[in-house]
Amino acid sequence: MTHDHHPDDDHSHGHDLSETALRVRALETLLVEKGLVDPAALDAMVDAYQTKIGPRNGARIVARAWTDPAYKARLMKDATAAIAEFGFSGAQGEHMVAVENTPQVHNLVVCTLCSCYPWPVLGLPPVWYKSSAYRSRAVIDPRSVLREFGLTVPDDVAVRVWDSTAEIRYLVLPERPVGTESMNVDQLAELVTRDAMIGVAKVSAP
Amino acid sequence: MNGAHDMGGMHGYGPVQPEADEPVFHAPWEGRVLAMRRALGAWRKWNIDAGRHSIETLPPADYARFSYYEKWLASAIKLALGAGLITERELETGHRDPSTPKATPPLTVDKVMPSILAGGPTVRPTDAKPRFAAGQTVRARNIHPPGHTRLPRYVRGHLGTIECHHGAHVFPDSNARFEGEQPQILYTVRFTARELWGETANATDAVYLDLWEDYLETV
Repeated sequence: MTHDHHPDDDHSHGHDLSETALRVRALETLLVEKGLVDPAALDAMVDAYQTKIGPRNGARIVARAWTDPAYKARLMKDATAAIAEFGFSGAQGEHMVAVENTPQVHNLVVCTLCSCYPWPVLGLPPVWYKSSAYRSRAVIDPRSVLREFGLTVPDDVAVRVWDSTAEIRYLVLPERPVGTESMNVDQLAELVTRDAMIGVAKVSAP
Repeated sequence: MNGAHDMGGMHGYGPVQPEADEPVFHAPWEGRVLAMRRALGAWRKWNIDAGRHSIETLPPADYARFSYYEKWLASAIKLALGAGLITERELETGHRDPSTPKATPPLTVDKVMPSILAGGPTVRPTDAKPRFAAGQTVRARNIHPPGHTRLPRYVRGHLGTIECHHGAHVFPDSNARFEGEQPQILYTVRFTARELWGETANATDAVYLDLWEDYLETV
């Protein structure tokens, strides 16, 4: 992409850009003209979050923890360091904690005050995670939120909701599904979904 | 502040509506806004807490109406104006005031991945001894700071149990006001669902929050 090319031109109907898209374009033009931002750096940032930093990162962590007890022990003791072993670190994942689902405990992550989310392992948050419905209800009514995702947690299984009020970011370590004993770490990683690492889903065997 | 952003426990927002095969960005402008706000942040004219506060202080009707990236756009403009990086006149005309020199961007393409991977850790060295111990019952203080705070309304006045501490972290309340980092011990505190929401809540459920020492008091 050349740097004078504007990404909004990629819009399939270039003539009906939304008012917001036009405002954003005008702001970028001004910031570039003033030398405040480098458009190539903006391209690189967008590319990083579109192609490099996403839930496949977290899935590799989970699959490794399922197959390597020593790694799992490191992850549960110091998740930031264990995740950094994969080269995943930094913005919105500076201080990581892993919380483990078990037959007795189901964990769910939310940020009621904004939309804090563990970017290095899950990428940018989906719209529903940032929605008022999720942010308001996850803490007061987590079980009905989970049912909306198709997950019914039995009454005797404790639901633990982690409200990300500081710079600690939470990664749910889902339960490894039965019937996956013969799968290798890469095959297991394919099964692990973003939603399971937020805690609104379980991982299913293929 | 008791703002529109502090929505834990509110009713009326309806069901959660997940989107199948959701793209990272729903329009190219969303990615540009994310990148511009972070690239402007590289000027270090504000910090993450001031950035969050700039979103919380949007008019409540705008906060409710705007999408996430519309909030980021409004916040980026507000922060850049407040820091003097741009002027209202420039925003109106869309062009640089010719009397101002052209700047050199601090975030260049070679620095993007290193800056992402470095992030902005908030833990700070401290000699302070934690005031509370794991297992101790504490109360979230019933305080209503008019500025930025990370103590949600729904836990204020409620009893919780110290789960662990994470050392000293930058205190958002002061940092957002540019009054210094004033690091203090950060705890994970467990509140039972029944303590927060009453007897109809599931007896086994709990909510965990990360709370700074000044948010807590002994019982």
